[in-house]
Amino acid sequence: MTTMQTPDTATRFPEAAILADEHVPAIHIWRDFDATPAQLFRAHTDPEVFAQWIGPTDVGADITHWEARDGGSWSYTARGEDGREEFETSFHGCFHTVREDRIVQTFTWDGMPDGVALETMTFEDLGDGRTRLHAVSLCDSFEDRDAWLSSGMETGVNDGYAAIDRMLAAGDL
Amino acid sequence: MTDQLSRVFAALADPTRRDIVARLTEADHTVNDLAAPYDVSLQAVSKHLKVLEDAGLVTRTREAQRRPVHLEAEVFDLMTKWIERYRRQAEERFSRLDAVLARMQDDDTPDTHDNHPEGTAS
Repeated sequence: MTTMQTPDTATRFPEAAILADEHVPAIHIWRDFDATPAQLFRAHTDPEVFAQWIGPTDVGADITHWEARDGGSWSYTARGEDGREEFETSFHGCFHTVREDRIVQTFTWDGMPDGVALETMTFEDLGDGRTRLHAVSLCDSFEDRDAWLSSGMETGVNDGYAAIDRMLAAGDL
Repeated sequence: MTDQLSRVFAALADPTRRDIVARLTEADHTVNDLAAPYDVSLQAVSKHLKVLEDAGLVTRTREAQRRPVHLEAEVFDLMTKWIERYRRQAEERFSRLDAVLARMQDDDTPDTHDNHPEGTAS
């Protein structure tokens, strides 16, 4: 497994970097954007803007509830196609802190209603017209974290099963 | 198959077992080797190995007298692949966000608000 390290400031993330923390059940994501912290903040708090990028490419998300303030809450449904299968999946949570440089919220996938992650997103001005998003999702347990990592919705797990099937069939397991 | 996957996750949920797996990525080890750094009985380490074995993460050579423990890298790689898939999905989302942010910049440019009648809430 990977070791937790805070990236130095010289590191750039033109593409998303992911780290599964080895000591706590957390997932880290870093990504640099050609935008100001205020724009990134708006993309995460304005429901109309949020709906344009969070959901699947073809349809986008349907924001069913949105109150982006300390103590507010949110929910949305994503619909789309995954190969030949149509899917619909929803999420909800509470906003704990909504600040220009930082959003803290809870996150639950309604398919697993007892599971809840604590998400902290920070927007760091890199000073060259770019802003770094650092998102940390702290899950309930390593099992939940790994299930979440492996799933990426439904497909990941199914592909994982298929791979294990193949390995079993080949006598590798 | 669900059980198989659950066993992999459950096996890796324990810090001692993750540590054992980490050490096995470097080389095969005997149970005695593996137990040495831990302040637990050989029996306790054998129990951990049984869990890893049941999950398909490690195997033990039948023939050799020392019966070294071997990491089944392919199962372990599966985790890495899942993480990469997760990363790609995040990247797809962020690419869409790039496009949205680019549009946002255009909107911020003066004289592009002509379609909005006066009095529209901003």
